Amino acid sequence: MAEFSLPKNSRVGKGKTVKADGASNTRAFHVYRWNPDDGENPRMDTFEVDMDNCGPMVLDALIKIKNEMDSTVTFRRSCREGVCGSCAMNINGKNGLACTTAIDDAKGDVAITPLPHQEVVKDLVPDLSNFYAQYASIKPWMQTQSTTPEKERLQSHEDRAKLDGLYECILCACCSTSCPSYWWNGDKYLGPAILLQAYRWLIDSRDEATGDRLDHLEDPFRLYRCHTIMNCANACPKGLNPAKAIAEIKKMMVERKG
Amino acid sequence: MAQVKRPLSPHLQVYRWGWHMAASIINRATGVALAFGSILLTWWLVAMATGHDYFDQVQGYAGSIIGRLVLFGITFALMQHLAGGIRHLFMDAGKLYELKANTSSARLTFVFSIVMTIVIWVAAYKVMGVM
Repeated sequence: MAEFSLPKNSRVGKGKTVKADGASNTRAFHVYRWNPDDGENPRMDTFEVDMDNCGPMVLDALIKIKNEMDSTVTFRRSCREGVCGSCAMNINGKNGLACTTAIDDAKGDVAITPLPHQEVVKDLVPDLSNFYAQYASIKPWMQTQSTTPEKERLQSHEDRAKLDGLYECILCACCSTSCPSYWWNGDKYLGPAILLQAYRWLIDSRDEATGDRLDHLEDPFRLYRCHTIMNCANACPKGLNPAKAIAEIKKMMVERKG
Repeated sequence: MAQVKRPLSPHLQVYRWGWHMAASIINRATGVALAFGSILLTWWLVAMATGHDYFDQVQGYAGSIIGRLVLFGITFALMQHLAGGIRHLFMDAGKLYELKANTSSARLTFVFSIVMTIVIWVAAYKVMGVM
């Protein structure tokens, strides 16, 4: 049965407020904090950021907070241009990348929490071990039986075009952790990101393990826990549509039964 | 260092609702409501088979203010579940996955159910000659 409320140790309390001294144009950032070393519950700290002296993106504000206001604020980031997927988090109730989400997209204050329904390692850093293990479970590499050709395996332009809208996935986990079905059954349901990746290999004309891949997904939980809620496609920072990819897998399942 | 029990990050508590999400949960909720509604329907049918006096008694319950409120709720649940079901039928066929079409179809299920519920009740009162 789904657990709708947070466990006792996860209830979020009120934290400290750090003011921006002497700044007139400020915006409040409410940031989820949890420190594994102090034995306390998570809390929301408020940082009033000087917007006259800050970059345009949410990640700019987070870096500014870490540099100038509280160096213990912990988050993942790397490329700062939406290709690495490290800075995925929940910003004002919607999952996205901090580096490609503009601060001005929010009207007032900005509330930042880790990706939803994940174990927190520290502050905005969730433990994604299960997510990565699920990714490994779909064998995300090309599998072939035919003799290896002299040169590369060729693919027509049409077949290559089938990978558009799939290969762009950066595995940031924004979609999977936006999905209520993944919240309640994340241990058994593979979730939108992993299923989109599974479909990426299912329709690759060069891959020869389509049958095995479908066998692996033919399970009440792994695939069929998708109830087309569509939070995934609404969250994807790359504009992809995992729900549609999942629907295509379901169609392949029906079609192969004949 | 001793292993501390890690907290679970907020989910339902923070996630922003959209029409797609609302349509999904209401489809499930109305499904549950209709399951209970079918028990009431069975009760009504059994009463009909039992005899005149008992049927009049059950009709009396159904016609009371509370009874009418429950029936009004069931009408809405049925219409919402019907619209949601049709929307799901399209999605099962691989349609309505584009964000715009998906959101507007989700809104449309609510428009349909609210309008239909009102139409059905106005028609029912007209037939009864109350309006």
